[in-house]
Amino acid sequence: MKRLPKFLLSAAMIAAMATSFNAVQAATPPDTLVQAWQIDDIISLDPAEIFEFSASELAGNTYERLINYDVKDVSKIYGEVAESWTVSDDGKTYTFKIRQNKKFASGNPLTAEDVVFSLQRAVLLDKSPAFILGQFGFDKDNVKTKIKQTGPYEFTMEVDKPYAPTFVLYCLTSTVASVVDKKLVLQNEKDGDLGYAWLKTHYAGSGPFSIRDWKANEVVVLERNPNYEKKAPLARVIYRHIKETATQRLLLEKGDVDVARNLNPEELAALSKNPDIKIDSAPKGTVYYLGLNQKNPNLAKPEVRKALKYLVDYSAIADTIMKSKGEVHQAFLPKGYLGAVNENPYKLDVAKAKELLEKAGLKDGFTVTMDTRSTPEITGVAQAIQATFAQAGVKLEIIPGDNKQTLTKYRARQHDIYIGQWGSDYQDPNSNADTFAANDDNSDDAKAKPLAWRNAWDPGPLTAKTRAAVMERDAEKRAQMYEELQKAVMDDGPFVVFLQQIEVAAERKNVDGFVMGPSFDTNSVAQAKKN
Amino acid sequence: MASSIANGGGGHDALRFYLAKTVQFILVLATTLLGLVAVTFFIGRIVPIDPVLAIVGDRAPPQVYARVREELGLDLPLIQQFWIYLKNAVTGDFGNSVLTTNPVMSDIIDTFPATFELATLGTLIGVFIGIPLGVLAAVKRGSLIDQVVRFLGLAGYSIPIFWLGLMGLLLFYAKLGWVAGPGRIDVTYSYLYTPVTGIVLIDTAMQGQWDAFWDAVSHIILPACLLGYFSLAYISRMTRSFMLNELAQEYVIAARVKGLSEFRVIWRHALRNAAVPLVTVIALSYANLLEGSVLTETVFAWPGLGQYITNSLRNADMNAVLGGTLAIGTAFVVLNLVSDLLYRLLDPRTR
Repeated sequence: MKRLPKFLLSAAMIAAMATSFNAVQAATPPDTLVQAWQIDDIISLDPAEIFEFSASELAGNTYERLINYDVKDVSKIYGEVAESWTVSDDGKTYTFKIRQNKKFASGNPLTAEDVVFSLQRAVLLDKSPAFILGQFGFDKDNVKTKIKQTGPYEFTMEVDKPYAPTFVLYCLTSTVASVVDKKLVLQNEKDGDLGYAWLKTHYAGSGPFSIRDWKANEVVVLERNPNYEKKAPLARVIYRHIKETATQRLLLEKGDVDVARNLNPEELAALSKNPDIKIDSAPKGTVYYLGLNQKNPNLAKPEVRKALKYLVDYSAIADTIMKSKGEVHQAFLPKGYLGAVNENPYKLDVAKAKELLEKAGLKDGFTVTMDTRSTPEITGVAQAIQATFAQAGVKLEIIPGDNKQTLTKYRARQHDIYIGQWGSDYQDPNSNADTFAANDDNSDDAKAKPLAWRNAWDPGPLTAKTRAAVMERDAEKRAQMYEELQKAVMDDGPFVVFLQQIEVAAERKNVDGFVMGPSFDTNSVAQAKKN
Repeated sequence: MASSIANGGGGHDALRFYLAKTVQFILVLATTLLGLVAVTFFIGRIVPIDPVLAIVGDRAPPQVYARVREELGLDLPLIQQFWIYLKNAVTGDFGNSVLTTNPVMSDIIDTFPATFELATLGTLIGVFIGIPLGVLAAVKRGSLIDQVVRFLGLAGYSIPIFWLGLMGLLLFYAKLGWVAGPGRIDVTYSYLYTPVTGIVLIDTAMQGQWDAFWDAVSHIILPACLLGYFSLAYISRMTRSFMLNELAQEYVIAARVKGLSEFRVIWRHALRNAAVPLVTVIALSYANLLEGSVLTETVFAWPGLGQYITNSLRNADMNAVLGGTLAIGTAFVVLNLVSDLLYRLLDPRTR
């Protein structure tokens, strides 16, 4: 008899558990979009510091910039916070008019004062992305006189040289130029830090959503900003950090998340057969390339550089290992950029490569190493390249390493070949030209470390041409200059560009309007909804 | 031990024992932690990863890079960097994590309970199922149950936890829908309660949020069973061999000759003697789980210490790695102390 109550208790517990397990089935709420995504790269929510993929996307959905571009046609620039702008005849002074009646999520009105403060603040804080503004001659000492408010809804910005207006404007579409709520930020200022310590983990913007919560390596919660003029259909967007891609797939198929962001090609192939799932993709401004260190005497020979370009099986890589995650692209400017070259002259041609190697005096091939990040994709690509190199007698030794580890070595120019990925910092061709085609100082202790420098390559006249392209005010002529630069690098440069990244998301069928743009900060949930 | 030499005056003796134990504990803790900090610190400084990159990224202009390097104190001599770290650590300041931007202490306070909750449940499962299984296997040596236990043990050693976790999810979550998916608690419930202890099961229960509690239960049950299985495999195997050893002893024969029931002989006498080495086994297995089983945490998106340290390590976030290592070191020393004390309770010869 004494045992009975205990037995009853455990029976009750089991019953309760059984009912609760049935309740587990529930899908995500209709007004909430839940995404499974690797978000462990976020280190800050302050737009003056954000430079990582996931944080950029969050900023794109929660902050507004002065100007922006059409995600479908990057050449169309429009005012977001700005109503209009003019450029002075000498090309150095930009005057912006700000839209009236805009409000921050906090309720504070958005005026020219906030815009000026935001731009000045980014330069003053001088975090990683500050150079995007700094390249126009702004620094700590002059920024307060160069960017000035001239009326409640008007301000001017004076750049140091008559740059191509497209260059200046595209840079202002970057995350770093997001408009922050001056009043709110300054309320949280500590020891003159311009609110930096606070904004790192908080929010002060005017975008379609506001950031309610960020738990590192766990979750980010966005909530609809009621003050945004084109009210978002969703009340909430939740990004869950799910590191393991197979887990992302399970959650998606089960309906516990609406969007899975980091699936691999096999998982995508399997999901494409599931009628409840649809797959969406967009080419991104990131290219995959091999960097050939010119300190290696073999790689420094022009014939060898060219031979290796004929020893990559471009289409096989795009069709198998990187299926639905990349397409063949051989110029350093990604498709969709001003002046991008979209022809791909190289294909796997072992005979031609052998001929070139013989000319270089390497008839029997040579041995070379490649520093490779040990992710499944990059390793797979590296192995494919190893196989095709071998066909011409080039013995490729793969040195696996962690991301930061290989990068450290690359930045110290201690590699032979580095297999890398380069995403543009801003939506202007100069971002890539500056790193692939220009190198002002090739000495070991140079301050700037563009990709050309990292591969110890002196591009000769191309550096001057890159600098000139940035000043060309005629957009068409400017585009042509970039075409020439790309062709020169493609022909003789130490870069084997082989792929342009495609970003893929698998979504539940009822998700509508999640837009993937050409850059990471243009993946938008502003008008997404669930049917 | 000084206390074991003395005769008589039991109470006095025990006091001396505990006093000695406390002093010893503090000394062991201090030297272990100092050693850990030193080794981790210097390894961290010689790994070929540039910690500045984790903060400023690959694109930062040179002056920003140089400034951050200076802010981190990386331009100082190593010994000086170590000294500064130690000085701060003694005052409880373990620096900030680069990746999460929080003080390392608060990160550990956030992540450790998740690991603790999972590891404790896993160990409980391992102990309460593993020990009886092991005993049965030893008693009925060669029988079916013995074969099963040996197979379980073997499988526990050879099947990768990662694979088993995914298969478990596929079956119990995706196909059957018996349990909730990865994560600690559903996002819809996660704002219903305020974290106090950081242990979701306790927090939700204390605040009477029963829906959230059951949701948390259905989230933890699968990973806990998984870890439980691996600890069970180890514990049952060890129990079996300790028991076999004990059952061959003369006192067992004597007890049987005295006519004691088989139940008493096995569960009261033999197991009691086997319990002494078992304590070490359990403590070790528990400590292992507390370290944060990285793979389980990854598969189940469990925001615990294992994931935190691994992620930090990959990004050369050395403050976080050091903090995490210290937390694990402390857990090991504490468990060691506990098993020492249990020894004293279980084995009169050590008194």
